[in-house]
Amino acid sequence: MKQKKKQDKSAADRIFYITTMFCAFLVLVIMCGFFVQLFIHSFPAIKKFGFTFLVSGEWDPVRNIYGAASAIYGTAITTIIAMAIAVPLSFLIALFLVEMAHPVLSRIIGQAIELLAAIPSIIYGMWGLFVFVPFMQNYVGPFLADTLKLKWLPLFQGPCTGFGLLTAGIVLAFMVLPFISAVMRDVFKMVPPVLKESAYGCGATTWEVTFDVTMKYGMQGLLGAVFLGLGRAVGETMAVLFIIGNTPRISASLFESGTTISATLANNFAESSGVFQSVLLELGLVLLAITFLIQIAAQFWLNMVRRKFGGNI
Amino acid sequence: MQENNALFDTDFSSVFKDDPAETLISVKGLNFFYGKHQALFNNYMEIKKNRVTAVIGPSGCGKSTHLRVYNRIYELYRDQYATGEVLLDGEDILSPAADVLELRKKVGMIFQKPTPFPMSVFDNVAYGLKLHYKLSRREISERVEKALKSAALWDEVKDKLKKQGTALSGGQQQRLCIARAIAVEPEILLMDEPTSAVDPVGTLKIENLIEVLKNKYTIVIVTHNMQQAARVSDYTAFFYEGYIVEFDKTENMFTKPQKKQTEAYITGRFG
Repeated sequence: MKQKKKQDKSAADRIFYITTMFCAFLVLVIMCGFFVQLFIHSFPAIKKFGFTFLVSGEWDPVRNIYGAASAIYGTAITTIIAMAIAVPLSFLIALFLVEMAHPVLSRIIGQAIELLAAIPSIIYGMWGLFVFVPFMQNYVGPFLADTLKLKWLPLFQGPCTGFGLLTAGIVLAFMVLPFISAVMRDVFKMVPPVLKESAYGCGATTWEVTFDVTMKYGMQGLLGAVFLGLGRAVGETMAVLFIIGNTPRISASLFESGTTISATLANNFAESSGVFQSVLLELGLVLLAITFLIQIAAQFWLNMVRRKFGGNI
Repeated sequence: MQENNALFDTDFSSVFKDDPAETLISVKGLNFFYGKHQALFNNYMEIKKNRVTAVIGPSGCGKSTHLRVYNRIYELYRDQYATGEVLLDGEDILSPAADVLELRKKVGMIFQKPTPFPMSVFDNVAYGLKLHYKLSRREISERVEKALKSAALWDEVKDKLKKQGTALSGGQQQRLCIARAIAVEPEILLMDEPTSAVDPVGTLKIENLIEVLKNKYTIVIVTHNMQQAARVSDYTAFFYEGYIVEFDKTENMFTKPQKKQTEAYITGRFG
């Protein structure tokens, strides 16, 4: 009797084990499925354009010639702009919330950040279109070009219509900012108070404690936050779609319109067929590969930091 | 707030009558508050130069709180404040005019848990030096070596200077923190239960070190361990519920305590 009960229990455990394993393996299956399906369906495009697809900026639906370079370029530039703005801002926000702000203020702003993170990206897109594009056109563009006299730089050539790489990059920055700052805040919170006290006890200022101790201690977490933001910025569609201008071209000027991989897909997929659809799927494959590579690079880098600083967070 | 109810005589001349050492710190009527909660009541104490003063008492009696006033580290937290006077070299460190960074250069602190910074052994020791002095690279490495030797750690880490401080053993980490503190040549070292996270061998090394360090520095050590207080200190203060109940030469305190509470505590009847 007792023996039987024991067996029942182990049978239940087995079922439990198999169920959990099945769910976990589902992740692998979905992952591989994505790659395989995308690869199969983009094969016609791969066969037709080969490697030049990745480096050619040509996008000619009339002659049916396509290259991904303009979309990749747009994705890269908007992401770089977004990260260049969002990372330092987030760092300062997190620092203020943890180290300097009054607890009440810190809680209020912290809540606001979490709310900001919960806003759907389409709202960012609409806000960008109706509010930020005119603002860029009327104030920021003229300010950069005329007031700061940066017109001679290739980056700020031509008229600023409001639509374009710069606007998209800035809106993306606002979008990823709450994610990065929320994670960075948690990282700063995790630094043991006694370690900070110890640094203050040596006669360090808040600034010195932050840079020499807090930041090094949380380096891994801070990098994690950056990669989290990076991952979001690379794949973001809706916020960018409305404001980037959706023109498949490569231009040095940030005032010019461009496109990104995800915006190209969202714009064209509904009415695509034949080789064109295959081209879009290959673009999807490229995006997947890019995010995949970012993940791998992140893991690699984090491991390196862990080895260097002894793995604190 | 209770005024003027120190439980013992505030005149220490009888305690110090055979000791020619000068007074480094003189605490007069110190009160301490965590918000509305008062944690220290009217503390009077004197710390003599080149002596080890132990602070003992049951948990939560205000030992650490008292110690944390000496380098004003409590100021990092909102709602914590101290009233009264704490004179270091005759100057009131609690006065708003006192330079807190300068104070912390003079008053080094060692914590309960070792707190190596996330950097190499060498950089840990050089940290305070770089904050307070403009030195050439050679001078820095000389002083790092000197500090590590003074902290009896040099022989163990001289081949590991580039390794992370966190890679050392617990006892070594604590001596690393001592080296970091003495590298800037402070006048006084505050040790807040420095051996509570260290194994017996490491504890012995640190106690021996205290014995040597007192030739050059003044040491105040908070400890839970009565034997440790008896072994390393010259003077002992017994804290109870925020009051300094008794302050005397260590040998007197442990052989013929004047107050009943002190006797009860050191004989292990409570605490």
